[in-house]
Amino acid sequence: MDEFTPSSVLILAGGISHERDVSLRSGRRIADSLRSQGVTVELRDPDATLFAYLESRQPDVVWPALHGAGGEDGSLRGLLDFVGVPFVGSRADASRMAWDKPTAKALVSRASVPTPRSIALSRDTFRDLGAVNVLDRISAELSGPVVVKPAQGGSAQGVTIVDDPADLATAMVHAYRYGDVALVEQKIAGTEISVCVIDTGDGPVAVSPVEIEPISGFYSFEARYNAGETRFYTPARISDEVAARASEAAITAHETLRLRHISRMDFMVDGAGTPFFLEASVMPGLTETSLFPRALEVAGHDVGWAYLALCQAALRDARA
Amino acid sequence: MTPHESTSGGSSTRFDPWYDHYAHRTAGLSASEVRALFAVASRPEVVSLAGGMPYVSALSPDLVTSSLERVMRDSGPTALQYGSGQGTPELREHILEIMALEGIRGSVDDVVVTTGSQQALDLVTKLFIDPGDVILAEAPSYVGAIGVFRSYQAEVAHVMMDEDGLIPQALRETIARLQAEGKRIKFLYTIPTFHNPAGVTLTWERRLEVLEICKANDILVLEDNPYGLLYFDTPPPHAMRSIEEDGVIYLGSFSKTFAPGFRVGWALAPHAIREKLILANESATLCPSSFSQFAITEYLRSSDWKGQIDAFRDVYRSRRDAMLSSLQEHLPEMEWTVPNGGFYVWLRLPSTLDSKEMLPRAVKELVAYTPGTAFFADGGGRQMMRLSFCYPNEETIRTGIRRLTSVINGELELLKTFATSGPVVTGQVPAVEPVHVTSPPPNIN
Repeated sequence: MDEFTPSSVLILAGGISHERDVSLRSGRRIADSLRSQGVTVELRDPDATLFAYLESRQPDVVWPALHGAGGEDGSLRGLLDFVGVPFVGSRADASRMAWDKPTAKALVSRASVPTPRSIALSRDTFRDLGAVNVLDRISAELSGPVVVKPAQGGSAQGVTIVDDPADLATAMVHAYRYGDVALVEQKIAGTEISVCVIDTGDGPVAVSPVEIEPISGFYSFEARYNAGETRFYTPARISDEVAARASEAAITAHETLRLRHISRMDFMVDGAGTPFFLEASVMPGLTETSLFPRALEVAGHDVGWAYLALCQAALRDARA
Repeated sequence: MTPHESTSGGSSTRFDPWYDHYAHRTAGLSASEVRALFAVASRPEVVSLAGGMPYVSALSPDLVTSSLERVMRDSGPTALQYGSGQGTPELREHILEIMALEGIRGSVDDVVVTTGSQQALDLVTKLFIDPGDVILAEAPSYVGAIGVFRSYQAEVAHVMMDEDGLIPQALRETIARLQAEGKRIKFLYTIPTFHNPAGVTLTWERRLEVLEICKANDILVLEDNPYGLLYFDTPPPHAMRSIEEDGVIYLGSFSKTFAPGFRVGWALAPHAIREKLILANESATLCPSSFSQFAITEYLRSSDWKGQIDAFRDVYRSRRDAMLSSLQEHLPEMEWTVPNGGFYVWLRLPSTLDSKEMLPRAVKELVAYTPGTAFFADGGGRQMMRLSFCYPNEETIRTGIRRLTSVINGELELLKTFATSGPVVTGQVPAVEPVHVTSPPPNIN
């Protein structure tokens, strides 16, 4: 316990995004963990009463455990920063960059971390240039299986793996139901891993990579949130050298995107052992079936202690 | 399997060490993205036309409070105690009085009080269904029933409906087909009055015919009637149980005519079945909630409960009208049913649309509905959606329909953009073309 140990933490969970349910589950798990450390925790759905609440109750730290739009796009974090409330996680500008997958890929790629070849397209592009023309061009340029996903969002919502170009249009339509921009990305065959990054004040540390092996073959929403549908290997079944490379890439991505406190980087490791950056999460899922707490546990950390340390870091940053 | 099984690289987990131990019948019990999307329906910004929540605020809080106070004052120790597996005789007497309004005459001995009629549905299915047995159900059917049937590994065979409810000829043909296949049909599950989700009512003539068909084929009828007293214009035909005693199990509920929070429903069954129902009920829960039964008995004894049902009717009629007029204003080219009671309108979308696939867009536009697929056991219903008018007020319903219109138009525009690229598959094509209830757009003045 030190002067930066918060006595009260407000966890914001829920919100109005497609990932509301996941956020509520994450929020409850964070609350349990922090309470185990003796912290007084309140869980709230952010709404019109939020700022009146912050003014009257003045929690030491806020943890925006919001996934999806409103939570990870930086909007709420910007407001918290603006009114001077210490909070866990990345600041608004960094969140915005990481939240937008094409932007994150471009920035991380410039920092020499490989990322699968891809193209981001707005819905209007298909309307203006003709869907057939654009689809044909994509299929010609990105041969082999591709992954189509909304440019923003998580939990694999709106994501389709396309093996046959004839299915590309359906996949694009599916992605556009979640947002106006979609990303078409070359699918890398290999091992799917995630690297969690945590920074409690001494610089970002990559936790040992976790390998994801969905029973169905696709790490879908259902595979993520139904216990038993995915097997996680910790550490991943990759060589020490590849694991080190992935960890290094995760730290590079975390720093390049100017993320803070906590992030999760997703990679595909190809047959040659090269980790390809797929996307970053500024508020990784912290549910009972999520990677982040699992990776911490296996690395020997007490999850409650780690979450408390993140709150302390938030308080320290605010007072710096 | 252990939670942290060792591997050469370290350890692995599936976060559920018992994953391989579950019974086969739990196969459908999993979190889905569609279910998760419904989480937003609880936000105040979202207009939910999805759930079937009764508008309990139409009840007088004082009336409920005074009933509860009297229960505690006059019968506290008994109301807080275990009770009979069949339910209290006093409440069963009242239930007979309620059923008489729909033409049903029965013995208080043949009523079994349950934890909502949902539990009665579960108990009846438990009594009759072995894995692979067939249950006949309307197309579409109540989502909660399909879940129960699935959990007992029944095969659900849907039977076509139209604006007059279940089609007798379709029932005959379905039975003949299943019998020819050597299938064992155990019962027909039907919601003949103000159907959920279709909103339609089986005509009197068809009630007679359906009962005759089932009798001729030794098929029991499970009549689910939670909405029968909530008619708007004219009373519906009497219950099927009023016609046939031996071949019908009747399910009733206080959830819509009083409040679902008490979780009290009932079954009226032929006495041999009733005996088994009581034993099954005791095995499942020991007894239905004594406190809830006492509270409802007191409410029925001391209040103008029929007047309260009239008040519910007025509320729901006005909301139905708001929904129908709003549909007429914004989506005149669509088809929907015109319910004379109950909670739901069943809407048919243009053939290119898939209501389940469209749901994420609806969440973005802050409106929720129930995709038609929820009401089919065979993957049908993609072109359909259920709209509930019971909970949101008239203004909110109008806002919801405006938003829904925007969702539909956005989806049509998106599909149009990709139309020239070949067929966009919006969902699997059901093996059997689902039959939907349609009617001409209503003439709302």
